[in-house]
Amino acid sequence: MSKSNFTRRGVLKTGALAGAGLTLPTYLRAQDSGFTNAPTGDSVTLGFNVPQTGPYADEGADELRAYELAVEHLNGGGDGGMLNTFSSKVLDGTGIMGKRVDYVTGDTQTKSDAARASARSMIEKDGAVMITGGSSSGVAVAVQALCQEAGVIFMAGLTHSNDTTGKDRKANGFRHFFNSYMSGAALAPVLANAYGTDRKAYHLTADYNWGYTTEEAVRSSTEAMGWETVNAVKTPLTQTDFSSYIAPVLNSGADVLVLNHYGGNMVNSLTNAVQFGLRDAMANGKNFEIVVPLYSRLMARGAGANVKGIYGSTNWHWSLQDEGSQAFVRSFGEKYGFPPSQAAHTCYVQTLLYADAVTRAGSFAPCAVAEALEGYEFDGLGNGPTLYRAEDHQCFKDVLVVRGKENPQSEFDLLEIVEVTPVEQVTYAPDHPQMGGAAATLGTCNNGA
Amino acid sequence: MLGLNKNDATLFLVVLALTMLAPFILNPFPEGSGMAQFNAGYPDLMQRFVIFGIFAIGFNILFGLTGYLSFGHAAFLGVGSYAAIWSLKLFTLDVIPAIIFAIILAGAFSLLVGFISLRRSGIYFSILTLAFAQMSYALAYSVLTPLTGGETGLQIKGTDTPLLSNVADGEIGRANLLGAEMSSGFDMAVGSWLFTFNLGYYIAAVAMLIAFYLSIRIFRSPFGMMLRAVKSNQQRMNYTGLSPKPYTLAAFVISGMYAGLAGGLMVAMDTQVGPERMFWTASGEVVIMTILGGAGTLLGPVLGAGFIKYFENIVSKINKDILHNWFAFLPDGFEDVMVSLVYPFVGKGWHLTLGILFMLVVIFLPGGLVEGGQRLIGLFRRKSKSSEAGKADGTEPAE
Repeated sequence: MSKSNFTRRGVLKTGALAGAGLTLPTYLRAQDSGFTNAPTGDSVTLGFNVPQTGPYADEGADELRAYELAVEHLNGGGDGGMLNTFSSKVLDGTGIMGKRVDYVTGDTQTKSDAARASARSMIEKDGAVMITGGSSSGVAVAVQALCQEAGVIFMAGLTHSNDTTGKDRKANGFRHFFNSYMSGAALAPVLANAYGTDRKAYHLTADYNWGYTTEEAVRSSTEAMGWETVNAVKTPLTQTDFSSYIAPVLNSGADVLVLNHYGGNMVNSLTNAVQFGLRDAMANGKNFEIVVPLYSRLMARGAGANVKGIYGSTNWHWSLQDEGSQAFVRSFGEKYGFPPSQAAHTCYVQTLLYADAVTRAGSFAPCAVAEALEGYEFDGLGNGPTLYRAEDHQCFKDVLVVRGKENPQSEFDLLEIVEVTPVEQVTYAPDHPQMGGAAATLGTCNNGA
Repeated sequence: MLGLNKNDATLFLVVLALTMLAPFILNPFPEGSGMAQFNAGYPDLMQRFVIFGIFAIGFNILFGLTGYLSFGHAAFLGVGSYAAIWSLKLFTLDVIPAIIFAIILAGAFSLLVGFISLRRSGIYFSILTLAFAQMSYALAYSVLTPLTGGETGLQIKGTDTPLLSNVADGEIGRANLLGAEMSSGFDMAVGSWLFTFNLGYYIAAVAMLIAFYLSIRIFRSPFGMMLRAVKSNQQRMNYTGLSPKPYTLAAFVISGMYAGLAGGLMVAMDTQVGPERMFWTASGEVVIMTILGGAGTLLGPVLGAGFIKYFENIVSKINKDILHNWFAFLPDGFEDVMVSLVYPFVGKGWHLTLGILFMLVVIFLPGGLVEGGQRLIGLFRRKSKSSEAGKADGTEPAE
């Protein structure tokens, strides 16, 4: 108790400081505009939250390039890219509603905690009015929920799991990328044509959320075609050597192996499968086949020659010949020297769609933007006519079924488009059981403070 | 004061002042200026500073006092987080019960893990705790998906209707304290400075002050002395007829409960849990925080936690554009050279910078940042006085 002297002084000091603080002008964050982070000056800030370190850093780097390109085009720089081919003409290269587009970047590390921390700092510190990016479904679901809570718009980047616009859908979140269900629905008929309808499939599934929804989707659509599922084995996400999982496949009576793997998992499992001679094997009197439901160029590059002739699906591919894709590939190629990946494409398109929706709505308020995006039909962004469905905020468009190229011309020319599955074939009801059933709802949109 | 001696009381008051005035201290640069990039006074990061401070304080009670290096402490943080989110989802949206459940469950789990792991010491103990943590991670990631939400984790949903809270149909509940939401607060503008006061931060800060106070009391108690005895010579302790196991187990459970408190607070501030919170790198992070700040010191772990979280959240956000702005005053060619020189160390290179700093600290300041601070103070004081003050502060480095 020898310190009463000091304490009194401390209390007095603190009291004086607090008093001084209170006499200063204060105001609440709830601005007149009535929504979080309303842009006030002559610029508007967007938050690009991508994995810069960790397993998906390659995809993240490509996403960031696409965002920078989109910002350049929105601000009137470069050749305008897809602004010229976009069916909506309200964007004129003067930013968004006359405000210059600024951006902040963050590192999600492909962890939902880190991604949310990064997104929160963008919202709380940098005043971002929209968050976009991400390269895995766990992160997308986590950041989407955060944006819903904070009252900003979330434009999902690369996320393929059904849950993002299925059971975890949110009123403030939007996804342009396709999903597991669409992959399954698009692949099944092509597989039935190529391999027949009396196949027996063996699934290897990455043991996490995306793996489950993809397995379920591919299973149910192939079984509807008459295929039989012999076995489905879950593999740990951190697995790098899949030999012990591949070895039993040949003796299981299956004649197709479905690899529900993504990224490094797929590169390793496919390489193992090819090394075990599965491509040359015969089973049930037929050629043994391998299928990879979700393809990306970065994965195809990792697996090298092993991808030759293997079917999969993808959201977009740079070799598409439509005007929009061409314009995008041209401006991306001129700026960076190589063609963009599907991750880059979806991120670029999401940024333009957001800017367009704000302009059409005439407001940055999330609820107004959401209303402008809901049920919006557009074209000229590389996927043909597309609909942003109001019920679940998922884009509906054609899906590409691709195959590993036999004679690639360059390190980017690894996939060839086999079929463009029309949108009708991959459309499902908003309350589809794979999408969370009737219990899944968007909730109400949130403008925040 | 409060049963603390003069020096401890001073230290506690300093920490009290620092945490209460954090919104001012962390926002030293005016809004809109180039240096505003380095401001850390926004709610999310301030909350993280104190929450990880609690985590590191708890870890330090085990590692700093007994010398037992647990490499699986993140598991307790994760268990606490899952307990808290289930309490918010099912029981009540009030954060206090959630935090209490988090502490209890993490304590129970650490009792189990500690009981088994403490049969061994040294590296074997570390490996055992690491194994438990990785098991918990794997369980949360896939096996227990119905309970943990798997990779996607758990959040409060519109379909959740907690027992004691009134949530309108379809409305997503928010964590609150007696009805006040964690995100509520106000901004204060002084000239071109902007200071943010946030309720969630102050709740976490009060929790940290309590945790810090308890940690001082444990350090100064006879129990703390026994823990130091375990560290300095366990064999001698055995020969004098004392069993170290109850002491180490108690320390282990206490530090597990601290981790649970941190986990519960994390959920209270940001209602979401993912399994990567339990990954072994998260366990490694708290070890680094403690060593960086100064293991075995009272203040060190808090400083270390703040240091690492600052890098993770501030330095990682500096991108090429910002660098070009900084060096814009230089001639064109020179600007690009400077940018390409600095760029590898910021943005996605923040791990690299942190690694270098960690190495420098470990090599030149084995006692961590606290030792650095003491040396600085020593420069300004007479030699005899400073060595005395250092001892009395109880901030001697552990190793």
